[in-house]
Amino acid sequence: MSSRFHQLLPMLLLLSVGVSAVEVQRPRGVPLSKRQFYEEGKPFTCLDGSHSIPFDRVNDDYCDCQDGSDEPGTAACPNGSFHCTNAGFRPAFIPSSRINDGICDCCDTTDEYNSGAACQNTCREMGHKERESLQKMAEIAKEGFVLKQQLIQEAKRGIEDKKAKLVDVQVVKKDLEEKVEALRTVKETAEQPEKEAKERHLKNFTIRWYYQKALIRMEKDKARMAVVFLELDDDADGLVSVSELLSHSELDPDSDASFTEAEAQGLLGGVDKVDTEAFEAVWNNLKEKYVSEVTTYTAAPVETPPEEVREPASDNESEQYPEDDVQEDEEEEDEEDEDDDQDDADYKTPPTPATQEKKDDDDEGTMPPYDQETQNLIDAAQKARDDFDEAERALREVDDQITNLEKEISFDFGPNAEFAYFYSQCYELSTSEYIYRLCPFNRVSQKPKYGGSETNLGTWGKWAGPEENVYSMMKYEHGTGCWQGPNRSTTVKLTCGKETVVTSTSEPSRCEYLMEFTSPAICGEPPSRDSEPRDHEEL
Amino acid sequence: MASALVLWLAVYLSGTWAVDKGNFKTCDQSSFCKRQRALKPGESPYRALLETMELTNTRLTLQLINDNNKVHLLLELYRLQGNITRVKINELKPLKPRYEVPDVLIREPPTEPLSLLSQDENGVVLSLGVESQRVIISARPFRLDIVEGHEVLMSLNSRGLLAFEHLRMRKDTQADPEPEKKEEADPDNQAETAKEEEEKVEEGMWEETFKSHSDGKPNGPSSVSLDFSLPGVEHVYGIPEHADTLRLKTTDNGDPYRLYNLDVFQYELYNPMALYGAVPVMLAHHAQRTTGVFWLNAAETWVDISSNTAGKTVFGKMLDYVQGSSETPQTDVRWISESGIIDVFIMLGPTPKDVFSQYASLTGTQSFPPLTSLGYHQCRWNYNDQEDVQSVDAGFDEHDIPYDFIWLDIEHTDGKRYFTWDPHKFATPKEMLQGIMDKKRKMVAIVDPHIKVDSNYKIHNEIRSRGFYIKNKDGGDYEGWCWPGSAGYPDFTRADMRAWWASMFAYDQYEGSMENLYTWNDMNEPSVFNGPEVTMHKDAMHGDWEHRDVHNLYGFYVQMATAEGLIQRSGGVERPFVLTRAFFAGSQRYGAVWTGDNAAEWDHLKISIPMCLSLGLVGISFCGADVGGFFKSPSTELLVRWYQTGAYQPFFRAHAHLDTPRREPWLFGPENTALIRDAVRQRYTLMPYWYLQFYQAHHTGQPVMRPLWVEYPQDPATFALDDEFLIGRDLLVHPVTEEGVRGVTAYLPGKDEVWFDVHTFQKHNGAQNLYIPVTISSIPVFQRGGSIIPRKLRVRRSSSCMEHDPYSLYVALNPQRTAEGELYIDDGHTFNYEKKEFVHRRLSFANNLLSSVDLAPDAQFTTHSWIERIIILGASKPSKVTLKTADGQESHIDFEFDASMSVLTLRKPGMNSGADWTVMLQ
Repeated sequence: MSSRFHQLLPMLLLLSVGVSAVEVQRPRGVPLSKRQFYEEGKPFTCLDGSHSIPFDRVNDDYCDCQDGSDEPGTAACPNGSFHCTNAGFRPAFIPSSRINDGICDCCDTTDEYNSGAACQNTCREMGHKERESLQKMAEIAKEGFVLKQQLIQEAKRGIEDKKAKLVDVQVVKKDLEEKVEALRTVKETAEQPEKEAKERHLKNFTIRWYYQKALIRMEKDKARMAVVFLELDDDADGLVSVSELLSHSELDPDSDASFTEAEAQGLLGGVDKVDTEAFEAVWNNLKEKYVSEVTTYTAAPVETPPEEVREPASDNESEQYPEDDVQEDEEEEDEEDEDDDQDDADYKTPPTPATQEKKDDDDEGTMPPYDQETQNLIDAAQKARDDFDEAERALREVDDQITNLEKEISFDFGPNAEFAYFYSQCYELSTSEYIYRLCPFNRVSQKPKYGGSETNLGTWGKWAGPEENVYSMMKYEHGTGCWQGPNRSTTVKLTCGKETVVTSTSEPSRCEYLMEFTSPAICGEPPSRDSEPRDHEEL
Repeated sequence: MASALVLWLAVYLSGTWAVDKGNFKTCDQSSFCKRQRALKPGESPYRALLETMELTNTRLTLQLINDNNKVHLLLELYRLQGNITRVKINELKPLKPRYEVPDVLIREPPTEPLSLLSQDENGVVLSLGVESQRVIISARPFRLDIVEGHEVLMSLNSRGLLAFEHLRMRKDTQADPEPEKKEEADPDNQAETAKEEEEKVEEGMWEETFKSHSDGKPNGPSSVSLDFSLPGVEHVYGIPEHADTLRLKTTDNGDPYRLYNLDVFQYELYNPMALYGAVPVMLAHHAQRTTGVFWLNAAETWVDISSNTAGKTVFGKMLDYVQGSSETPQTDVRWISESGIIDVFIMLGPTPKDVFSQYASLTGTQSFPPLTSLGYHQCRWNYNDQEDVQSVDAGFDEHDIPYDFIWLDIEHTDGKRYFTWDPHKFATPKEMLQGIMDKKRKMVAIVDPHIKVDSNYKIHNEIRSRGFYIKNKDGGDYEGWCWPGSAGYPDFTRADMRAWWASMFAYDQYEGSMENLYTWNDMNEPSVFNGPEVTMHKDAMHGDWEHRDVHNLYGFYVQMATAEGLIQRSGGVERPFVLTRAFFAGSQRYGAVWTGDNAAEWDHLKISIPMCLSLGLVGISFCGADVGGFFKSPSTELLVRWYQTGAYQPFFRAHAHLDTPRREPWLFGPENTALIRDAVRQRYTLMPYWYLQFYQAHHTGQPVMRPLWVEYPQDPATFALDDEFLIGRDLLVHPVTEEGVRGVTAYLPGKDEVWFDVHTFQKHNGAQNLYIPVTISSIPVFQRGGSIIPRKLRVRRSSSCMEHDPYSLYVALNPQRTAEGELYIDDGHTFNYEKKEFVHRRLSFANNLLSSVDLAPDAQFTTHSWIERIIILGASKPSKVTLKTADGQESHIDFEFDASMSVLTLRKPGMNSGADWTVMLQ
């Protein structure tokens, strides 16, 4: 219900705690600083200067001023604000829509003067609490700030140490580089004679090996021809006839499902019958297609004349060929990869007893050992190579060390490198379901407590605080992707604390995590004694 | 976090951003639809056996015979009070009873006498009692025409598409011929029997497979179909739920509109596919008459629409008209349902309002919601924990945006066990609810009807031990996959099950609940992730009935039982609030619905208007779409536009998918926060008007959100409009639903009317297309000249906080310088209004007198609210203004006059809102 008369609020203002009090009359909801605009009995001019109204329309529960200034103590203006004095605590403005809405907003209860809400004045209590917590925070800040200074000193020392170390390591690097160069020369000097000796050995062996193999193949072929002749010669008359041939339809030259006599005759060189000698002349017409009647013996592939073989090891038959030249072997492997999978598989499968024939072939080409002279050269070269590799590895390690040192030295660890002590540390927080792990400047992860794999919640991105305090937040990005969602990312909020701890984690938005992290390194300089962190306006 | 959920999503979803149409049946894939649709219009095999006619005072019965198979049907015809004709067709002697939908009608509809006008061997003419309305039943072939004077209003079976598949024994297992046939001594009998044999081999009659799901059909074919012809009609509406235009399209070149409650993942717009709910009611309209057809059948249903003018251009129609050669426009509609009977209510209007009342007399009206539920709802899948809830709540205060309800989706539960709370994230729900209550706000928690199969879960154990689960065809408890994994589905068609379910909402049963906790029923189509079309197998059993018979009713019953639970927990005192996704005819009685899982796209914003308009036409007024769009992430502009649109739709809730970035209103920079705040505040200033609309909807069945044609039925320019709408009859809203536009064109109806821009008070003439330049802050809204709208301008943090605040009356004068409006006030949350505890005033302005008179003198309610200001639009400057109160006292009232816009503002008249008073302008 409206109250038609304006209300003046008698205010008991404490000048200093419990000493003396003065009553200041002013309309409800007006802060002391604006009291002079609301002068009892004189027309009130809206604070935006738009127009004037009789004073009895101030706080009369009807909005006359566009800026809401005529109703500081009622909810009549949509854009008004109400001032609570909150003696004992901090004064505050609340939107005037919260006046008499049945909800206690001001700790001094002044916003609920006509709603029936039973509000308790909690200002003293809140003030006390706030002072306590401010004091606590100030203490923490103070102690934290001391710790921070230590951290800064440590970081400074650390960086100096690192810089010194960098210089040392750079010297080491230089030595190593020289060593590597020297060993490279030694290696190359040793490898030249080795190479020549191996080539010699290879050449000799290759010619011998293929010649031998061709002979063996030829003998095998002849043996098979004899077997086939006997198989074909059904009537055992020492001749293979057209009719005997016709029973082997697989020999049909045009494979058109009708193996005619004329075709058979053609295979036999134009005659009706052949003896063993004539059979030898036509054997080439038959041997590829012929299927044995008794065994599953399959025809050996046609041998390529040895002279034409350039890359014997890439042959599908995959004979165990001398392969001590690793370099070359890798190249072949690359070529092989371009072939189809079947070939690839064949190539990679070592010969096994599963294929009898292959085993036979393997037996044919066992590599004879190097002669002693060649072996000596190889051993010497190998040692030179090993020495060189080791030196090179050492150099790489030193390089890594330098990179890391340089990275650490130039890394943005805050204005005074106070955050440097996080580097290569990890901090964990255990919740009911997960263990969260923050490794500053590296990554954030989450691991289910009861089994399951770790999820990357983001790797170090950047300092991401607001402009005036960029070091108050860290951003970790590009974590494990979410199903139908973004990659996981984590924002780490740093607050002042004596200890370095992850205090909470949450996932405010799907796959966007928020971590609260305390550290002395973020503690600001505590305010000096004489400036209380309080608003003095009303006191 | 929710790994099980993600797993199930992965199984359930295709992973692409569009509906997977292959998951849902086309008519061709639904064997009965295919069978029925293969029948072409022509001579009907049905004949009315006039000699079997029986006419009592309340009904006419008559047998029909199908001359092809000699099966007899029984036709019942009732004249119902309020200009409704009911036609029922069932088998005369079905092998077993066929399903008749219970519980949807609020009572057995009262009848009126029918009388016989004439009869001969060709047919019967009956009088329907009013306005020379007659029903003509033609015998051969059977046909039913409803005529008024010389005008045919509607014809049934005029295209001969009545087709009633009688129940039969399966031939390969049963040798006996059907008894009906024996009785027939028709000479054609043998031939027809042979023909029927042929029919029997048709595929899909006794079983049907869709994808990997097989539907055993022990009852065989059982579908029913009937055609309706609507002479003079070119516009038909209704049969929600479809993501389509307000005006229904013809279906000749595609599938019929489908009504089958389905959980459609990422639904597509502008097509006739079935969605979450089904209301088998269609309205037909032309400038002289509105009629409606209510097809009371809960089985899968398809609706075909064709029109003889559909293909014609405007020019073509003109030409016809000029040449005088035009045939009468006509729309033909055909309904096909898989089982049950034909039970049709023909609502004969003649006005749109009459049809709404007629339909309301059958299925009831919109429940009267708690006032607060008309405020803004903040939802998200999911608010993570109590702390999150608290900080979102605080965010609204910090940014001074009002809201009334904060919502918790499925993640609040302990492992998707509804009625429980996650022990870590929501460990102290009462503490949380108390925190919300301290701000005079409320909460909604989700309770879905799928129950986790878990012997440590009380709800499951009780349902199982009481035998309340739906059974599979072999008699065991039906189990399907849903959010909790393996889940049972309570048989909500059972009254005893519903009573038990309702009892679970009692404060001592639902642990952690309090009186400011309300309920959301999702997934109640029902959604079964591993079922056919993501729903339940049709051969699952509800007692003696197959799921096939009751499918579209399931969601209706879930919401019914839940609403009953909320009423009971308060001892019958408090009004419930329950949101449902699935619905059926009559669902309006139990709460609100929303348009399901939409997407953050401009087209989805646009479609929210016709989708809610269509629902309003069939009784469901409390409708809304997820503000911002559920799937995907809206652009800031889209989000702002959606708030602006949603603020003017009945159910106003923002919601978002789990995988989307947070989108509380203040996360898009101060400018956008201000835009959203402004939209939400506009909603809150209009709460008295919204509440009044719902009170009226509750009493009359009129939709709250209305297509323009409902109020301007003779203006063809309004017939297809669905980018603007009316709230009640006095506010016209044309929200901006296009990206980056600088203006919209709104049609302002009414030849002799004027409309006032509610923001600038500028006056515009009716019957024009008005171009309105817009900026990002614009929400084009107009108040009809001749209306009075009460507002509360003191927007607070929730509507409860505004309860006692004063009203501002916006009086918009028409060219005759009159205006009328109403004001309704009650306690906002109890059923005491039924005990006449309310204020209902008529406000009227005429002859420079504005007065408030009591519309309900027998009602009693004390309100603290008073009249803060009166703003008269289109006024002239008075020399003085006097207020006269009931006690005869007169007092002067200060005023201000803005000559540029002709706006007169009366300053602080101060009378109580419930009192009699008169204000005189002199």
